Amino acid sequence: MINVALPKGRLGEKVYEMFARSGYECPELLEPNRKLIFTNEEKGISFFWVKPSDVSIYVERGSADIGVCGKDILLEYEPDVYEFLDLNIGKCKMMVAAKKEFYDFKDKTLRVATKFSNIAKKYYESKSRDIDIIKLNGSIEIAPILGLSDVIVDIVETGATLKENNLEVKEIIAPISARLIGNKASFKFKTKEIENIIKRLGELVKND
Amino acid sequence: MNNLKNYEKAVFALREIYLSYGYLPYKMSKFEEYDLYLKNKEFLVSDRVITFTDTNGKLLALKPDVTLSILKNASGEKQKVCYNENVYRVSSGTNTFKEIMQTGIECIGKVGLYDVYESVLLACKSLESISEEYVLDISHLGIINKLLQGQDSVFVEKILVALSEKNKNAIMHACKEYDKQDMQSVLVELATLYGDVKQVIQKLESLDLIKYAQELKDIYNLIKDSKYYNKINVDFSLTGDINYYNGIIFKGYINGIAESVLSGGRYDKLAQKLGKTCSAIGFAVYLDLLENFNYTPSEYDVDTLIIYNDTVSEEEIIKAVNENLSFGTVRVQQEIGTLRYKKLLALGDKK
Repeated sequence: MINVALPKGRLGEKVYEMFARSGYECPELLEPNRKLIFTNEEKGISFFWVKPSDVSIYVERGSADIGVCGKDILLEYEPDVYEFLDLNIGKCKMMVAAKKEFYDFKDKTLRVATKFSNIAKKYYESKSRDIDIIKLNGSIEIAPILGLSDVIVDIVETGATLKENNLEVKEIIAPISARLIGNKASFKFKTKEIENIIKRLGELVKND
Repeated sequence: MNNLKNYEKAVFALREIYLSYGYLPYKMSKFEEYDLYLKNKEFLVSDRVITFTDTNGKLLALKPDVTLSILKNASGEKQKVCYNENVYRVSSGTNTFKEIMQTGIECIGKVGLYDVYESVLLACKSLESISEEYVLDISHLGIINKLLQGQDSVFVEKILVALSEKNKNAIMHACKEYDKQDMQSVLVELATLYGDVKQVIQKLESLDLIKYAQELKDIYNLIKDSKYYNKINVDFSLTGDINYYNGIIFKGYINGIAESVLSGGRYDKLAQKLGKTCSAIGFAVYLDLLENFNYTPSEYDVDTLIIYNDTVSEEEIIKAVNENLSFGTVRVQQEIGTLRYKKLLALGDKK
């Protein structure tokens, strides 16, 4: 039995669709009910929905053998897991944004508002820039507008929210997309099954 | 012995194995000069250690690692030692210091093929003593060292991380970014190469890489007819810091434990860094990981619970205790409380 942690939400549904098309369907998963774990005994697979940022925790600690989560989560938490595949869906970018007129004079500590404090810290460390991290949990875009921060580090899909608020992308830190990850120990004992899933899902990945 | 916890049983079993192969017990002091770790911090799993000032003003540390302490004191003479020590390091998940019980062996001095074989064998035996369902992953750093020799250090770092994640995409990105497309196919091949030793060796022969990892083939020949052979897999996603490790490295896994419980390898380069001319190989078993493995909570706290009141004399209690000790554990107290017991014995009249 392979346990799969899927991220709740739109991305997770897309990912499940890929699993279903590869022959790992579990129809009851899409029915409206309050169940938490969905198993297809015949196919030897079991799915469960968790908060997207928790997927890597379930996988790293072995409660899930494999899982799917955004590269942003992997960059932020740096879990000790295998990263088997780039599923090339849920694509967006991790970037630095600020008000249009903002210019970084580099003569003072840069105030950075973000949900991703580890990513921000590492990025500015690599540039030897002194920063003050302001950890927020949502609505990051409002921080520079209210003067809480100089810039924000966040994921951007279309840039529409930024545009509407007179913000723009200043630097791109990394491209983000959904990744298939796996627990290192589980892979040793379920090698064949997991390799099969990687192979079949890999065939469905659209490369552009 | 039945009352022993998993990891306590393991300590005894492992020590038996190591002693039987002539590894002598080595007892270390709890502290070490901080300087030793500062100079070799890349060798440590985490570079954060618990430090304090000694009475003479020297900065000391609670040991985060055993290997450095043993190797530091190595003379030219051959040493085979086993140890069982607590180390203190930051656990990655929680970002707090943890006490980790670690047992293991070190073989220091002139290390020949037999010694390498013996380490691999003892690693298998160690895992076997914990559970029948185990896997020993083995790799050889010779190939990756050869491929990455003289390359840009940031590129090397990226490739090593990508390899350890079996991350084909990251390898391809790094090769593209650093204009090393010629290395891409072989690196991707290495990242995904996993499984049966014989098949992997054949693959390496076809790629003309086996000459950098001849030892792997030698070990294969020595172990192929033993019962341990089908428990060993080659995995090139297994990497270590190439500034410290060289040659064979390995990691052991137990089905049901989410992390590797055994880790080790050949670390001649660390010995050189410490100014030694010797070679060294060894491994550690992380016993704290066994705590939740196959854990079956006992049904009762005690077998017999004896309660008594003021009317009961001490002599009566002692007699009751002695009568019941042969049936298992006995606890004496005035009230029943919340203890779970198999048999309750109330002495004196209960009013």
